[in-house]
Amino acid sequence: MSTTEITPYRSTVRPGRNGFAQLLRAEWTKLRTVRGWTIGLVIAVLLTVGLGVLVAVGGSIVCGSNPDGSDSKSGAACRQNPPLGPDGEAVSDSFYFVHQPLTGDGSITVRVTSLTGLYSTHGAIQPDAGTAGLTPGTQPWTKAGIIIKQNTTQGSAYAAMAVTGSNGVRMQYNYSHDIAGDSGTATATSPQWLRLTRSGDTVSGYDSRDGVHWTQVGTATLAGLPSTVQVGLFTTSPGYTVTSDSFGGGSSTGGPTLGTGTFDNVALQSSSPAGAWTGSAIGDDSARALSMAQNEQFQQTDGTFTVTGSGDIAPAGGQGPGAQRAAEESLVGVFAGLIAVIVVAAMFITAEYRRGLIRITLAASPRRGRMLAAKTTVIGVVAFVTGLIAAAVALPLGNHMAYNHGTYVLPIPATTELRLIVGTAAMFAVVAVLALAVGTLFRRSTAAVTLVIVAIVLPYILAVAEVLPGGTAQWLTRLTPAAAFAVQQSLVPYPQVTATYTPANGYFPLSPWAGFGVLCAYAAVALGLAFLRLRRRDA
Amino acid sequence: MEAAIEVNGLRKRFGPTPALDGLSFAIEPGQVTGFVGPNGAGKSTTMRVILGLDAADEGTALIGGVPYRNLRHPLSHVGSLLDASALQPSRSARNHLLWLAHSQGLSARRVDEVVEQAGLRSAIRRKAGGYSLGMRQRLGIAAALLGDPPVLMLDEPFNGMDPEGIVWMRGFLRALSAQGRAVLVSSHLMSELQGAADHLVVVGRGRVIADASVAELIAAASGDRVALRTGARTQAMTVLANAGATVASTGPDTLTVSGLTAERVVALLNQNTVPFSEVSSHRATLEEAYMELTREAVEFRAASAVDGAEEVAR
Repeated sequence: MSTTEITPYRSTVRPGRNGFAQLLRAEWTKLRTVRGWTIGLVIAVLLTVGLGVLVAVGGSIVCGSNPDGSDSKSGAACRQNPPLGPDGEAVSDSFYFVHQPLTGDGSITVRVTSLTGLYSTHGAIQPDAGTAGLTPGTQPWTKAGIIIKQNTTQGSAYAAMAVTGSNGVRMQYNYSHDIAGDSGTATATSPQWLRLTRSGDTVSGYDSRDGVHWTQVGTATLAGLPSTVQVGLFTTSPGYTVTSDSFGGGSSTGGPTLGTGTFDNVALQSSSPAGAWTGSAIGDDSARALSMAQNEQFQQTDGTFTVTGSGDIAPAGGQGPGAQRAAEESLVGVFAGLIAVIVVAAMFITAEYRRGLIRITLAASPRRGRMLAAKTTVIGVVAFVTGLIAAAVALPLGNHMAYNHGTYVLPIPATTELRLIVGTAAMFAVVAVLALAVGTLFRRSTAAVTLVIVAIVLPYILAVAEVLPGGTAQWLTRLTPAAAFAVQQSLVPYPQVTATYTPANGYFPLSPWAGFGVLCAYAAVALGLAFLRLRRRDA
Repeated sequence: MEAAIEVNGLRKRFGPTPALDGLSFAIEPGQVTGFVGPNGAGKSTTMRVILGLDAADEGTALIGGVPYRNLRHPLSHVGSLLDASALQPSRSARNHLLWLAHSQGLSARRVDEVVEQAGLRSAIRRKAGGYSLGMRQRLGIAAALLGDPPVLMLDEPFNGMDPEGIVWMRGFLRALSAQGRAVLVSSHLMSELQGAADHLVVVGRGRVIADASVAELIAAASGDRVALRTGARTQAMTVLANAGATVASTGPDTLTVSGLTAERVVALLNQNTVPFSEVSSHRATLEEAYMELTREAVEFRAASAVDGAEEVAR
């Protein structure tokens, strides 16, 4: 045997810092060097934008045709822009207004002695049918009361005190604000007294049971209120909807309604002498029930006013004239984009298990938690950027095209638009992390991809496509990761607006970030389990 | 001096089957150690345990005295090739090496160096999925060399190589060990290691059957047998048996003699004027040495199967 002393080899390569940054760089190199994955991410963007555009310009909008088919219009010519409120949001502003100008400070006081209503149980009624065939009864938000309004233009600033069908006395102003007053109704034996006082651009509302003892309900500051405003009595009554729930989609029936308020003890105090009362139907007839226009009127007899009106003074809530849509409908393709991202994110780990590549990865990075953290970070950031590009293109592009195609897109504040885009990007990121974690748990792409799609995309589709009854849809979008789609909701639900608040109509049960939090919780749990499994199992 | 790789009392079960059954060995720098045994003997499992990929139920595996998981720059301590087909087929061979280099904070320049060493320069931009098994082995070698490690551990690197490739690989392994590196190479075919390995660790059924230098193993398998060709068979048998040898007849004019050296056989025959035409020392091949050892492993296997049956019966 040779007795030569062997000198062990010394590595001549000086490795760099083997920190987390190196792992991130390694995982990023892995991701970008598989062409199929890059293509998958591009497809995610194309699907999201493409479906958004398709839905924006899909279908044809035809309007205005006479019974003989003449004078037919289509597309952009049909678009009807709803009035916008002081905050830039779309509003309903249709009512019957008995008014006169008020210059400077002053107040109006009335006693409401009754509020009655009529509604159609068989949908639209013939224009010349009058009130024949209508059923007596008020709607919950039929309103009769007093109002101080900037002018008679739709969407102008206002503050009002009103008796309602079944929501007591309310002070409402500038469409979205609603303050509860006395909870009673107004009858001849138990009338309601209402008062509005104006001081500069501040309007205060009061109610009273006896006209002696007054309670302040609220105060509204109507910025930029001009010196001369319109003051008077109003009545309005929103259309009613009855939704029946069933599998395969609910059905809605509804029709126009009328409200009639009776007032006396009308007292107007102002520095200028009181003038005569003028009756005006506010709002384009078609904005409220066209067939009801002829019934709107007021009568003045010995100080008693009877005012009949139809419509609503409230946020539009997705209901209005012509074709309308919420801004986020341009993000309808997100579910398809998510599917592409889910596939890429799951394969980012399952492909390594399938090929045995995971052993090379773990031999290079024996601390498994760090490896998983690096992979999670890389896929999360890449999916975020993918979602950001997809949403930032799809939202403005889809809305622009829909608008030009004849659909009015409900305006949203810039902060909401930012939330829609960034929220969508964040949803892409967290869904990718969820898919990666589930892929780590199952080690197989088919199982992981299927599970994540079933967990998030399926409940979303079932909920928004009205396949399931509303109640089930609510629970699905509350409990499953699909709750995160709430982050795309631009419509604001208002208690003072009667509407069908379901996912199918753009309303999710959880607030945007709470819904997103549900998805994050799922992802966190899956990631935790993946971490434990990765640590304990042989690779 | 710490052994390059030291495994001590490794035990691991997959379900009821013991894959490793108290396996212990150590490999030293400056030599190629062959890690041989039949398929299923536990070679790959041992390597996975050394790399911290599989956890052993009992025992330790240390690299230069440190568990693999505690290594901060693992690829500059141990380069390994477990499965040459562990590749993302649609990723180019160069990008495969690139991400691995990035994970250790190594540069793309280092990738080019190992590509050159493994003789892959012309094909390095191609997708790894299009590589033949022999080229994948070279790619795996390149990956193992990235960190320029003092220890190399290669599982069946000769698989799928053409004869030219096998010759290249043998020379390459010898060159690496000549630099002072410890090289552990597994194979289920001893012939592949002939001329490459200095030392052998032979395993069977999760245990070490032999742990010795190649020279020792061949000597042990050869015994001190002498082949004798003679026309006077009976006379020769008598003479040699009287001198204390064991003689076996292997043909009409051939004998095998154990217990005497060739020189002593020649002297005895001359002394007694027994005619003969050829006397030669028998030298076993590595293959024969291996067959001898693994035959015992097979017997051991049969015996333990009987034990198992008895245990079940009890």
